[in-house]
Amino acid sequence: MSMFSRPEAVGVTAVVAAETAPDGGAVRSRRRTRISTLGIIGLSIIVVACLFCFVGPLLYHTNQVGSNLAASNLRPGKGHPLGTDDNGFDILGRLMIGGQSSLEIGAAVAVLATTVGVAWGAIAGFAGGIVDGIMMRVVDVILAVPALFLLLILATSVAPSTLELIVVLAFLAWQVPSRLVRGESLSLRTREFVQAVQVMGGGSTRAVIRHIIPNTISTIVVNATFQVADAILILAVLSYLGFGLPPPAATWGGMLSNGSSYIFAGYWWQIYPVGVLIVIVVIAFNFLGDALRDLLDVRLR
Amino acid sequence: MTRYLLYRLLHSLVVVVGVTIIVFLLLHHLPGGPARAILGARATPVSIAAFNREYGLDNPLPVQYLNYVDQLLHGNLGYSYKLNISVDSLLSLDLPKTLFLVGISFLIAVIIAVPIGIAQAIRRNRSLDHGLTSVSFLLYSMPTFWLALLLIDILSARLRIFPPEAPQGTTLGQVITDPLALVLPVLTLVLINFALFSRYMRASAIESLAQDYIKVARSKGLPEHKVLWSHVLRNSVLPIVTLLGLSLPWLFTAGLVIEQIFNYPGTGLLFFTSAQSQDYPVELGITIVIAVTTVAGNLLADIAYAVLDPRIRYS
Repeated sequence: MSMFSRPEAVGVTAVVAAETAPDGGAVRSRRRTRISTLGIIGLSIIVVACLFCFVGPLLYHTNQVGSNLAASNLRPGKGHPLGTDDNGFDILGRLMIGGQSSLEIGAAVAVLATTVGVAWGAIAGFAGGIVDGIMMRVVDVILAVPALFLLLILATSVAPSTLELIVVLAFLAWQVPSRLVRGESLSLRTREFVQAVQVMGGGSTRAVIRHIIPNTISTIVVNATFQVADAILILAVLSYLGFGLPPPAATWGGMLSNGSSYIFAGYWWQIYPVGVLIVIVVIAFNFLGDALRDLLDVRLR
Repeated sequence: MTRYLLYRLLHSLVVVVGVTIIVFLLLHHLPGGPARAILGARATPVSIAAFNREYGLDNPLPVQYLNYVDQLLHGNLGYSYKLNISVDSLLSLDLPKTLFLVGISFLIAVIIAVPIGIAQAIRRNRSLDHGLTSVSFLLYSMPTFWLALLLIDILSARLRIFPPEAPQGTTLGQVITDPLALVLPVLTLVLINFALFSRYMRASAIESLAQDYIKVARSKGLPEHKVLWSHVLRNSVLPIVTLLGLSLPWLFTAGLVIEQIFNYPGTGLLFFTSAQSQDYPVELGITIVIAVTTVAGNLLADIAYAVLDPRIRYS
């Protein structure tokens, strides 16, 4: 849905879901009353992944700070179910620690980007006219530059801490929610209940906060779910390219990048577990987002 | 139509100006400014002041911005002090290679995705459709770098069919003389684009198949292949035109990752190495070029769409 994802990525199963109408009928998504099976699967995977990353290290103790070269590049076996990497770190344990930063940053970016985007879009749509024009041109400008390029420039000028990384990623992700909310805000402000607020002397702030934003909440929630998936993905790309959190922090992208040096040595356990894990978690968030979209009957764009 | 075009043109111009402002501000808000970036971390305040005076960097920001735009308008994108060569010369060598990689992958992906998407739409919800949907869904969910690593592991490390490194060479001519080495980077980009395009093509063909003019064509006895060729295909490829415009930023992003992984000597790799060595003029020059290409792509897609689809022209 945002910076790094494919254009108009309205969730992975969007196109599949958008053709439920029989031939001849208007193509519209069918309103569901219960969350879909894929949504349940997605949610379950997310819960399991959170347990794995945050509770796992409490049960499965590994040393992820001091290297142990005597135990480097061990195949999966006794003591190391998924083997070790070139520094002798246990891969299974490192997956858990690396997942913590991915999930935390992904969620934080989604929350921050959505908050900024919603406020920006609601104000622009409600204000209309020249204010709307200027605010939306700012969005267009940031969207015109591929995010990864801006990210690399920003990441080289500041050695990123977790907080800075969250801010930078969110800075490049709030445009999509702002466009979505602006569109809804434009139509909502002409509705009677919003105009009634103004007739009764309610201020613009009140109209936006109490009436416009609550009515866009479905769109916001659905978009935020996709934002988490995108943030995890771009964080992995950034770490893979070596511009993520600096060592000793463990990241999924960093593990993959490290393991990719040993492809020709046949150390498959250094790339497959982490690669598959990234794909599964990203798919899970997309499943959940698709299911929520169908459930809440949100049409993105 | 003219009004619409003028509006779109003006809009694109505003966005391009906005991009130059962002890039200019980035260049000037880097720690120590351009002088620090060029003279290095150990430059003394005196030498920085002298540098700033010499290059007009002590002028007020708006004046500097106008100078910067003036340079850009004259085609001067900056100078790499790290590589001791102008950004223009770097780009004139590397940009064709990137455009070739991105262009040929886009083309192959469209050629494969269009018939497959239509076939899926015709056999909707049958096993062929479900199979192909699963494949494109799986490809679609894969991060670019992970797909690239998978292909390297399988086709290069294990089966030893293709080399894992892209062809090396300064010019495009040298690069295309080694087609075997081009296979993996192109294949990765094709698969990723294919996943996206076939989904769009399928949805778009399903929509066209449901239109009344298809029923009319069939009921007047037009053979099925003619219905598909002259009605479904022509009306369903419209979204692909827009898609090309919209997917430019994402194509460049995927291109950067792929160039880095396969060591393909294009703009993406140049950008990556410049980011590593903090060669800001190169980074910002490439950013400007890519942003302008993106804006131009969107503009052209809109124009093409308006030309191809009369409903937009007259609304």
